Amino acid sequence: MSPPIEFELRRRTLLAGSAAIAMSAASGQRSAAQTVTPTGTPVGPESTAVTLTVNGEERELTVDNRTTLLDALREQLKLTGTKKGCDHGQCGACTCTVNGQRINSCLSLAVMHDGDEVKTIEGIGTPEQMDPMQAAFVENDGFQCGYCTPGQITSAKSVIEEIRAGIPSHVTGNLTAEIALTDAEIRERMSGNICRCGAYANILAAITQVAEGDEA
Amino acid sequence: MRAFSYEKVTDPAQAAARAAEVEGAKFLAGGTNLLDLMKLEIERPAHVIDVNGLGLDEITETEEGGLRIGALVTNTALSADARIRRNYAVLTRAIAAGASGQLRNKATTGGNLLQRTRCPYFYDTAQPCNKRAPGSGCAALSEGAFSRQLGVIGTSDACIATHPSDMAVGMRVLDAVVETVTPEGMTRSIPLEEFHLLPGDTPERENALMPGELITAVTLPAPVGGEQKYHKVRDRASYAFALVSVALIRQPDGTERVALGGVAPKPWRSAAADAELSNGAAAVMAELLGGARPTEENAFKITLAERTLAAMLAEE
Ligand SMILES: Cc1cc2nc3c(=O)[nH]c(=O)nc-3n(C[C@H](O)[C@H](O)[C@H](O)COP(=O)(O)OP(=O)(O)OC[C@H]3O[C@@H](n4cnc5c(N)ncnc54)[C@H](O)[C@@H]3O)c2cc1C
Ligand code: SF4
Ligand code: FES
Ligand code: FES
Repeated sequence: MSPPIEFELRRRTLLAGSAAIAMSAASGQRSAAQTVTPTGTPVGPESTAVTLTVNGEERELTVDNRTTLLDALREQLKLTGTKKGCDHGQCGACTCTVNGQRINSCLSLAVMHDGDEVKTIEGIGTPEQMDPMQAAFVENDGFQCGYCTPGQITSAKSVIEEIRAGIPSHVTGNLTAEIALTDAEIRERMSGNICRCGAYANILAAITQVAEGDEA
Repeated sequence: MRAFSYEKVTDPAQAAARAAEVEGAKFLAGGTNLLDLMKLEIERPAHVIDVNGLGLDEITETEEGGLRIGALVTNTALSADARIRRNYAVLTRAIAAGASGQLRNKATTGGNLLQRTRCPYFYDTAQPCNKRAPGSGCAALSEGAFSRQLGVIGTSDACIATHPSDMAVGMRVLDAVVETVTPEGMTRSIPLEEFHLLPGDTPERENALMPGELITAVTLPAPVGGEQKYHKVRDRASYAFALVSVALIRQPDGTERVALGGVAPKPWRSAAADAELSNGAAAVMAELLGGARPTEENAFKITLAERTLAAMLAEE
């Protein structure tokens, strides 16, 4: 018989809510608080000039340093195809590619991307000349409200490239063999794109259609 | 978000010196944790030092036969590196189990180790939190609090938060070492075991870095071989933090190493627990989690950890 795991339940003894806040106010300024949330003041300009190549076109803009790549695209360059869902990396609506890799543009600053190549849904295709992935989304009803769709399509194209490049995922079996383009692989790799309308089954069908078409 | 000045640096020692010299300076790598927290004004740097130009984005071989992973190597690049996939599979598995494809493309080796807790009360600035606002109390330990995700061991009366990284758990079981450069230009090597601190009375102090100190690399010793696995249990199949995760390396001679994620303020491992494998999962966990102090809501993690390891040991 193995020994049991011995443990003791932690009691809820500590202060909470208003009592705690009153306590901390009473104890006054603690120096440790400053090491956690540094104070200080900016020591240089609070805005910066950057050059981005967006959908193949060089764009020069001056951004407040706080501007995310997402806000620069939407608010300054008026490329509103890239959507803002959560603004915290949790939904994937803001997915675009930078130097060929998909990222969450809400968790990146525009100033970090000086000289980078950005591609948004507007650069992937147009209503007249759709990318095969866009066409497959239309054909398979891969959306309902459409809000998550630019991010889904951008991610979907990257997913196929990432599998072909041999980048393993959480569901990849053998890490040293070629990665198979399975439903499980696509689902796992698309997990960073949430669809509130629940169009997942049709999104999967669209991606599979493109992946199989590429192979044929 | 608070206003900040911004600078790019190209030399590691210069970066560290600048960070020590400018009050309220912070390094920015992938930005996936720092910017999230800056939007919530949990982090409020006055000056941001972008370290992406430091050239620390390569994985090279060490003289000891191991690998040196530059601090700016992305999680995607690290998990996909052929040498890592072949010889350090537990690390590929751990990284691939975390976050999403988009996030892993930006997340870096150094930033991942330094990501902050996912305790919901740390994120809610209306709540007391000793980690965010030292001395304010711990909302996670208040009556009716939601502590299901939080820590069961290594925690304190001041803070029961976990360290949320999957990558760090894989690195811990591989005996990784963190390399740094100080503001004075000196280099240091800190075993990952000693890198993250337990909260004690100062949960705001989370790691062994000195002010301004920059992580330059993480080194892995020569490959140890064996069968390497990482199992992560979470509330949904993907894109969620661990309730419990188990990193396991089993050798043909029966020796093993186990590290746990999701249970403590750092990847949780002990030599005494490693020595218990031949006696089964319950014996390992009696060593590793004996003396745990869970809350009523998260006591299940102790059973879950044991069962996860048992399932891994039962697999062929
Ligand atoms: C929705 C979501 C889900 C996630 N899920 C998971 C998950 O399941 N598992 C998991 O492990 N992680 C998860 N993450 C966290 C993610 O892995 C981290 O945000 C990422 O690894 C941080 O790396 P970064 O390079 O972006 O760091 P940054 O945000 O750039 O920096 C983080 C911190 O590290 C400091 N820093 C960065 N580099 C250095 C350096 N070289 N030297 C000294 N200091 C440095 C910065 O100053 C900052 O304080 C998730 C994140 C999000 C947003
Ligand atoms: S557990 Fe730690 S991080 Fe969470 S509220 Fe308490 S002090 Fe803050
Ligand atoms: S808006 Fe960027 S991930 Fe949700
Ligand atoms: S189509 Fe509506 S959110 Fe996905």
